[in-house]
Amino acid sequence: MGGMFNWIGQIASIVLFNLKTVPQRLGFSASAIFGIAGVVAVMVGVLSIAEGILQTMENSAVPGSVIVLRSGADSEMMSGLMGDDTRLIAQGPGIARNDQGALASPELFVIINLPKRNTGTDANVPLRGVTRTAFEVRDGFEMVEGRLFEWGLNEVIVGVGAQREFEGLDIGSSIEVAKEQWPVVGVFRAGGSLAETEIWVDASVLQPAYRRGNSYQSVYAKLESPGAFQEFKDALTSDPRLNVKAMRQSDYYAEQSTVLYNLITGLGSLIAVIMGLGAMFGALNTMYTAVASRGREMATLRALGFRPGPVVIAVLIESLLLALVGGLIGAALAWWAFDGFRAATLNFSSFSQIAFAFDVSPALLIRGVSFALLIGLIGGLFPAVRAARQPVSEALREL
Amino acid sequence: MRYLYLVWSNLKRKKLRTLLTLLSITVAFMLFGYLAAIKQGFSQGIDVAGLDRLIVRDKISIIQLLPEAYESRIEQVEGVVDAVHQTWFGGVYQKPSNFFAQLPVEPEGYLAMYPEILLSEAEFEAWKGTRSGAIAGRGLADRFDWKVGDRIPINATIWPREGGERTWEFDLVGIYDGAEKGTDTSSFLFRYDFFEESRQFGKGLVGWYTVRVADPDRAAEIAALIDAEFANSPNETKTEPEGAFLQGFANQVGNIGFIMMAIVAAVFFTILLVAGNTMAYAVRERTSELAVLKAIGFSDRGVFGLILAEALVIAGLGGVTGLLLAWLLVAMGDPTGGSIPVFYIPTRDLLLGLALIAVMALATGTLPALQAQRLRIADALRR
Repeated sequence: MGGMFNWIGQIASIVLFNLKTVPQRLGFSASAIFGIAGVVAVMVGVLSIAEGILQTMENSAVPGSVIVLRSGADSEMMSGLMGDDTRLIAQGPGIARNDQGALASPELFVIINLPKRNTGTDANVPLRGVTRTAFEVRDGFEMVEGRLFEWGLNEVIVGVGAQREFEGLDIGSSIEVAKEQWPVVGVFRAGGSLAETEIWVDASVLQPAYRRGNSYQSVYAKLESPGAFQEFKDALTSDPRLNVKAMRQSDYYAEQSTVLYNLITGLGSLIAVIMGLGAMFGALNTMYTAVASRGREMATLRALGFRPGPVVIAVLIESLLLALVGGLIGAALAWWAFDGFRAATLNFSSFSQIAFAFDVSPALLIRGVSFALLIGLIGGLFPAVRAARQPVSEALREL
Repeated sequence: MRYLYLVWSNLKRKKLRTLLTLLSITVAFMLFGYLAAIKQGFSQGIDVAGLDRLIVRDKISIIQLLPEAYESRIEQVEGVVDAVHQTWFGGVYQKPSNFFAQLPVEPEGYLAMYPEILLSEAEFEAWKGTRSGAIAGRGLADRFDWKVGDRIPINATIWPREGGERTWEFDLVGIYDGAEKGTDTSSFLFRYDFFEESRQFGKGLVGWYTVRVADPDRAAEIAALIDAEFANSPNETKTEPEGAFLQGFANQVGNIGFIMMAIVAAVFFTILLVAGNTMAYAVRERTSELAVLKAIGFSDRGVFGLILAEALVIAGLGGVTGLLLAWLLVAMGDPTGGSIPVFYIPTRDLLLGLALIAVMALATGTLPALQAQRLRIADALRR
């Protein structure tokens, strides 16, 4: 036990001694810290974009709910269902009901060109035709400004995300569809879901405007229980009158974001690794210089009876401390600059815009700081070993 | 020569430190080159957009189809030379992540409109002679290892065949190359007559038109004429130059250019700190040596040049290596495995990289070099 305490005591005294000399090497220490901070900030910043998109998708999936599309269609845009199909789907087993009937909402999904605020060029903004059940099958829908459109009239309501990102969606302005002006009468929130990027209108108004007859593109439905899914799906796919596919909403939205999520995380990780290498070289330089500039002190300690083990660990601890400070600064910077930052991008899978907020989650911050510590560990290891290996006599002779 | 030798020995003085500084600069420029390629990829060939080409699409949105009959009406508009149509097929080859564009087109008109698509005469004849024939870009063919003669099944997501069948089979009769580095060779083109005859619905409707005008200077005026032609019809149009159309599409993704710039700036700032600090330290460490050089007759300016040359060598070696590595990495393919249509480092960004190398050398070297220049022999030797 005594040996153990002695060991820790040795480490502590070397670390303290080293830290006291940091101000003498302020330039090097600061450049290592800021180098690592830069890496962490960029990494966390880029990955928070992917997190934000994922979060929006997760908010969109109502637990225990399904979406039905034409078989073969990957997204609502490509799908098409006749009015009769949607009635058959609503009669499927396991669909929840209230006093108005089945909680199955047939919907129309098209896009409309509106200029994006920050670029001024046209963007594909989703325009959704809904029926009264649309509000029953979603969670968290609320009007935040104005009022709901009148059924049967060509009025629209817009999601908060859509209003923020695109021009001409304030209450009192109007959008041009099929040579008509459709006034914006309200703004809604929908629990941070994709719907907040959309414009909503009565489906029976949208159908003739886009020459869709009595057709829809999707049915959103609530199930009595999540366990009812298999029975519902089997009933639909085995019905000879229907040519559709049913998916859990959680699966559907996960699939919708896969391409985008993988692209951003792939790029983000690649950039982080390359930048991390750069920062590691910086950290190595710092620690080598630190060790070299104190070669005599280290050798003196060794001559006094300090063992190589504590010398190695002490140098590592110093490097890790620098990395920790850098990592924390970077994480804080990313959190301050990016968390909640709002943007919109094109989701290739749905060919329409998705508004989201950058999401700097605690897990992401931990990942960033861990990455910083990894850089610090590698950056300290080689110099530490060199410090311990240097023959005492040689080091003492050095000027 | 004498100077070069001195520079070289100074760099060798602390080999490890020199190497580490060099490597961090290498990394910075590697990232710079790679991000330049990504930015280029997202801009989808705006650089090679034809100045004399316009895109005509439905005014409401591009998913709205236009009548095929618009072609002859567009061609009658004054100033228009030719018009061809394309339609988004949106099918899936094997799995959804194998994304690439598939377009039904009329072979002769399409190739005349896009002279940057290079197809051999024999393959062109084969395409005209095969109803189910299709051609693929070189990039696309390499990605899936397709050979002429292969049968390519594609599952329709939008366009089922008559009777509801979803699988379309095409015969690959040719592989086209791009005339320029930025030409998109990731598309799959098949015959419109085959598509029109086989599709279940939407007959007589196409996606959008590409129009060639006689005089690019009059592009805006002709675009307005085309839109006027279809004003108050069931399908009003929006016509814009090809470059503006592509730029608009790239903007939909977001301001990629800005994000890349921000990252590059962060990286350079970081590396500048690291490299600049190392340089400064290296000079401080040699104070007495520099004083000796001056004492034996080196001029102030000579010492200044010596230190600056060191910075130039480090930045030059590291930077050029970094750009080369980026070039190699980019040549290995894009990170999505082929979904980005064009992926290369544009010459202008390579030149910008070289300029940045010079900037980095000056930024890291000037201050230490000035210090060395101002060094007074007596003071320095006394230390």
